[in-house]
Amino acid sequence: MHRKVFILMLGLLVLLVVLGACASGSQEKQLVTMEVTKEVTVIVTKEVPAAAAKSKLDVVMERGKLICGVNANLPGFGYLDQNGQYAGFDIDFCKALAAALFDDPSKVEYRPLTAKERFTAVQTGEVDVLIRNTTWTLSRDTSVGMDFAPTTFYDGQGIMVRKADNIKSLEDLQGATICVSTGTTTELNLADQMRAHGIDYTPVVFETADATFGAYEEGRCDAVTTDKSGLVSRKSLLKNPEEHVILDVTLSKEPLSPAVLQGDSKWLDVVKWVVFATFQAEEFGITSQNVDDFKNSDNPGIRRFLGLEGDLGKGLGLTNDFAYRVIKHVGNYAEIYDRNLGPNTPFNLPRGPNSLWTDGGLLYSPPFR
Amino acid sequence: MTTATVSEHARPPFWRDERVLAVIAQIIFLIVVIVVAAYMYSNMYHELSRRGLKPGFDFLKLEAGFPIGETPIPYTPGDTYARAFLVGVVNTIKVSVIGIILATILGIVIGVARLSTNWLLRAIATVYIEIIRNTPLLVQLFFWFTAVMLKFPRIKQAIRLPGPIYLSNRGIAMVWFKPTESFSLWLIFLLAGLVVATLVFRYRSHYQDRTGNPGYPWIFGSATWLLFALVGWFLVPGAPITVDKPVLAGLNFKGGARLTPEFSALLVGLVVYTAAFIAEVVRAGILAVDKGQREAAKALGLTDFQMMRYIVFPQAMRVIIPPLTSQYLNLTKNSSLAVAIGYPDLFNVAGTIFNQTGKSIEVITLIMGSYLSMSLLTSLFMNWYNRRVRLVER
Repeated sequence: MHRKVFILMLGLLVLLVVLGACASGSQEKQLVTMEVTKEVTVIVTKEVPAAAAKSKLDVVMERGKLICGVNANLPGFGYLDQNGQYAGFDIDFCKALAAALFDDPSKVEYRPLTAKERFTAVQTGEVDVLIRNTTWTLSRDTSVGMDFAPTTFYDGQGIMVRKADNIKSLEDLQGATICVSTGTTTELNLADQMRAHGIDYTPVVFETADATFGAYEEGRCDAVTTDKSGLVSRKSLLKNPEEHVILDVTLSKEPLSPAVLQGDSKWLDVVKWVVFATFQAEEFGITSQNVDDFKNSDNPGIRRFLGLEGDLGKGLGLTNDFAYRVIKHVGNYAEIYDRNLGPNTPFNLPRGPNSLWTDGGLLYSPPFR
Repeated sequence: MTTATVSEHARPPFWRDERVLAVIAQIIFLIVVIVVAAYMYSNMYHELSRRGLKPGFDFLKLEAGFPIGETPIPYTPGDTYARAFLVGVVNTIKVSVIGIILATILGIVIGVARLSTNWLLRAIATVYIEIIRNTPLLVQLFFWFTAVMLKFPRIKQAIRLPGPIYLSNRGIAMVWFKPTESFSLWLIFLLAGLVVATLVFRYRSHYQDRTGNPGYPWIFGSATWLLFALVGWFLVPGAPITVDKPVLAGLNFKGGARLTPEFSALLVGLVVYTAAFIAEVVRAGILAVDKGQREAAKALGLTDFQMMRYIVFPQAMRVIIPPLTSQYLNLTKNSSLAVAIGYPDLFNVAGTIFNQTGKSIEVITLIMGSYLSMSLLTSLFMNWYNRRVRLVER
């Protein structure tokens, strides 16, 4: 018995000596050293260069489906519809990405994330891409380790209050209690703006948006704050939406953008150009309905865009018709917007800054060339 | 290996000497642990550095910039992250300490009730324990917060109890004392009174032990302290404390003492939950005391209360303390569920800091370190107390 333990310990000791001597190269116990060293070397060679060379794009293609980090509680953007399927503006961009990669928008695995979990999920590689009403900021782009694709929705932070409280401006919120969700830029903007205006307030910070709006509705807080799109969406869920009003103040710029892990430009390019493809298709007037008609177009720009000429898609590591797949399966930007947030939805959000640059908006795609 | 043949003059070679082997085995184990830890750390460090995220705690010196709902220590958004984190830690300690005291009292009451000869009392205690112990704490916290605290009337229709004490879904606002300039002077009287009162208490207890006549140490002790407080009150210039009444000003109550619904819900939730476990610990402890002890107490003519106080409880303590310690630790750790109902405890505040700085590894290390030190301090104190209780018996 003791002998066995002794041998085991001795074995461990040898292993340690070997590990320690790896660099210096010990002469004794040559035989054992050789074997173990080989093993160690293999592990090392596998890890370092492979991680540097292998893009997320290859990983996703090999896996055969996209893992998309999304919101599950924001009607209009990311939520579960009556059939229990994920739907919404952000979800459609996950689908667009899957369509470009696999020619099949259903090849997506959705991971619902809270605001707090989302960056860790990207950092650890649990999700391939984060499309979850996430604001693009400098620190997130650098120290948090994200890389952002073009903004899909230009938003601004707003404040919702009860009509009965007769609050008209930020100044009226002096001494107020404000409900806010943790892990969001709204939590930070609120603090900044209130300090800039010299307004004292008490924050009540909740983990989830559901808890935040639940507490507001019960009267725990005088006001609740999040992105205006979120307020519109959440207001529709309140018991008596007409009793609440969204103040006519904008606390911040909130460019909501898809994010991927920093330092993988190949994968970032794919996400970027899929988003641009939806802008460009709207500019060309190509929709999911008429995209097949455009196959006969003589316009070289459109022919390149749809992959009938040139090698644009190959350059991205996709097929040349990736833009065609996106438009065919999911539609252009206007279609995605109208389907989720347009006049026929409960939200009826005007396009505002989310119009094409040709219509005075901010959506602008670099040329497909 | 046989041990009989080993004699003094023929020591076995070191690789067969058990004493040497034991030491070597431990050294090897230590090395393995260190190597694995060092490998994991360096792996993390390199991976993060490669992505341009250099780990470090320098961010703690930066300005936090966000307010916190409840600040038991002075704090403004202009303070550092370190200070903000400390506010969270103090909030956790606040709810844990008050929670531990209340849970202990409630737990002992219910544990004793569970063994009562009164059928109704026993039944109520049993039902309480079974319901509370067998439902998740998170669910109970949501219940206390959403279904109890938030169901109080809106702040403008607050219930007014005499005092005044206002109950609304913004919490409890009640009349409280506000120290004036002479308060610190009065505090000296109070502390001096406490010292003298302790001496009087000791003396009266000693008298009781020596003569067997009732010494009323508690009555004498408190009377001494009250005397000091009264004399001090009249000697210091002006009243050392004034009454501070809460008034509804603008959107919220001002003045008085205010308990937020988040704190109240968390405290009630933790106390009710932990008390159920403590009750079982207490019951087990009492049952562990030999029946003969109780019979002897009865034979001496002690009342039920005296029997509990002087015979059963001191002996039960030995059995109760160790599992009680782990219940205290559970309560402290469970307080991190506060984030679900918006109480700014250490976990909640750390979440905001993480959100602002993106320093996940560092913030998580801080969180773990804080809970670990709190738990170890609690254990240390309880172990000390356990030894003290043990020394009393022979």
